[in-house]
Amino acid sequence: MLFSGLDFAVNGGQVLLIEGPNGSGKTSLLRILTGLRNPDEGELVWCGTAVSELEAVFYQDVAYVGHMNGMKDDLSVEENLKFAQALAIATLGIDEALQKVGLAGYQDTPIRYLSAGQRRRLALARLLCTRKRLWILDEPFTSLDRASIRMFEDYIVAHAFEGGIVIMTSHHDTGLPEQIVQRIELQS
Amino acid sequence: MIMKFLHKFSSPPYFYSISGRLLPWLTVLFLALLAYGLYGGLVTAPADYQQGDSFRIIYVHVPAAWMSMFIYVVMAVSGAIGLIWRIKLAEIVSISSAPIGASFTLLALITGSLWGKPMWGTWWVWDARLTSELILLFLYLGVIGLYSAIEDNRTASRAVAILALVGVVNIPIIHYSVEWWSSLHQGPTVTKFAKPSIHIDMLIPLLVMAGAFKVYYAIALLLRCRNELVQREQGSRWLDEILENK
Amino acid sequence: MSADSLSNAFLSVVRRDLLLAYRHRAELINPLAFFVMVVTMFPLAVGADVELLRRIAPGVIWVAALLASLLSMDAIFRSDFEDGSLELMVMTPHPLSVLVLAKVTAHWLLSGVPLLLVSPLLAVMFDIEGDVISVLLITLLLGTPVLSLIGAIAVALTVGLRKGGVLLAILVLPLYVPVLIFASGAVDAAASGLPVSGQLYMMSAMLFLAITLTPWPTAAALKMSLS
Repeated sequence: MLFSGLDFAVNGGQVLLIEGPNGSGKTSLLRILTGLRNPDEGELVWCGTAVSELEAVFYQDVAYVGHMNGMKDDLSVEENLKFAQALAIATLGIDEALQKVGLAGYQDTPIRYLSAGQRRRLALARLLCTRKRLWILDEPFTSLDRASIRMFEDYIVAHAFEGGIVIMTSHHDTGLPEQIVQRIELQS
Repeated sequence: MIMKFLHKFSSPPYFYSISGRLLPWLTVLFLALLAYGLYGGLVTAPADYQQGDSFRIIYVHVPAAWMSMFIYVVMAVSGAIGLIWRIKLAEIVSISSAPIGASFTLLALITGSLWGKPMWGTWWVWDARLTSELILLFLYLGVIGLYSAIEDNRTASRAVAILALVGVVNIPIIHYSVEWWSSLHQGPTVTKFAKPSIHIDMLIPLLVMAGAFKVYYAIALLLRCRNELVQREQGSRWLDEILENK
Repeated sequence: MSADSLSNAFLSVVRRDLLLAYRHRAELINPLAFFVMVVTMFPLAVGADVELLRRIAPGVIWVAALLASLLSMDAIFRSDFEDGSLELMVMTPHPLSVLVLAKVTAHWLLSGVPLLLVSPLLAVMFDIEGDVISVLLITLLLGTPVLSLIGAIAVALTVGLRKGGVLLAILVLPLYVPVLIFASGAVDAAASGLPVSGQLYMMSAMLFLAITLTPWPTAAALKMSLS
């Protein structure tokens, strides 16, 4: 058993930071929150309804960035983002999103030619171009340099200020303003 | 009322104690039915006018084949219950049934083969029932193989439940297509034993043997479930209490 | 949730898979080559007697199609599983069964249709007449989608395992039996001048049953593999 007795609520405008040493189950908890994994016991509730009842409707509101970027190597940046948009409902322009993450002009580059940091920024672009209220991010800052991390954090804060929710894990100390941050510590 | 009963029954400690108390009675019942069925089949039932005494193996072959099908259905249904309502005991019943069902299938195949040898001189015939049983054996092996390949027990139970449900829908289709295939290539058959009407002295031992096998399934199932339960619930309080009291 | 966005999602998935395959188009030939080679093994094994070959041809071609389908099946979900795209497809407001159907459609277009195109050539190698060849093509047209649909279930069950290969075959071959029986039965009957409508009706029924019933267990199995 990884963890038990967890009971928390996150509201719009907040960032939930899940902390804990390696192996304490941060990724597992995150995957439970995305609905990809079922908890042995307990319930997930979104906007008053149990997630198990909402099923696919829940995913109208959730965007997930896991350890892997979810991008196909053989497709270009634009093709990947267009596909992500086709799977979502409400969207924002791709070019605009790319500009925001500093990848303007990379529309036709196949993913395999991007560095790890660029791919991570692309994952952020995906968040920006599919408008979802709940962002669930697992170690989003991996492979990013300091400037990119600050940029990412700015967008997280902006998302929260717009009323969205961000749930994330991170190894790094974050520069997120304390008043919007809630923390959970998992023991190993 | 029924939901309360099911709820109580599916609690591991309750199941463990009830099954422990049932087992000796079931064993007695099994032995009694087996004795009666074998006596009826081997001694009192009339010898077949064509096949002599070698046909008597149907008293094992036919009930074994019935059980192989019945157990697959039980496996699929309990798997579905485990999948939908996430009841651990249903998952355990499902996966514990698989090796028992596979054994009955194997028994049906072997006895079918033993029947064929004195009849047609070959150890195997591609008859409809035997071929269907062989495919059923593969379906069982698939379930067992898939379960052992997945590390986490609960995920494995989910996988196997899906597979068993797919199998159970396919089995009638497979049966029908094998029947059709067999009717095209007119071969010898080990299945015919009840064409006009079956003699009552033949029918009763058959049904008794079927009953005996069902009771055997219950015994084997309870034993396996208890085993699996102990494995899964290692470290839980009710189990420690029982092991201490022994 | 409009039907419009659902059909858009469906087509996007098909288009994406076709595009990805096109970017590796040299690989498309592999299952095809396998198909032809397996069929070629049989005359080498049983001798070149034309009569014998003509009699076993329907069965041989269909078994080879089965094996070729099996071989190419694993690719349907593996790459997506490994780079995280599968998770994204699960986490959409669109029903997963529809997206699964889209993936199977793309897979069939890439692996089933080539078999269809190459089989007249194989039929000629076995000295089968024209009208029997057309029955063979119809059985392949009706049967290969069913192979893809059923195979997808087994792939979804094993995609999370490291060594899924042989287990996949064990899981799926029993389920392929009805298709094999009716397909080769139809071609056999055609070769003897007997009617084939019964077999073909059965195959159509199996196709429609497969289209409607298989996406659900495949979706459930994918979610299981991801958890």
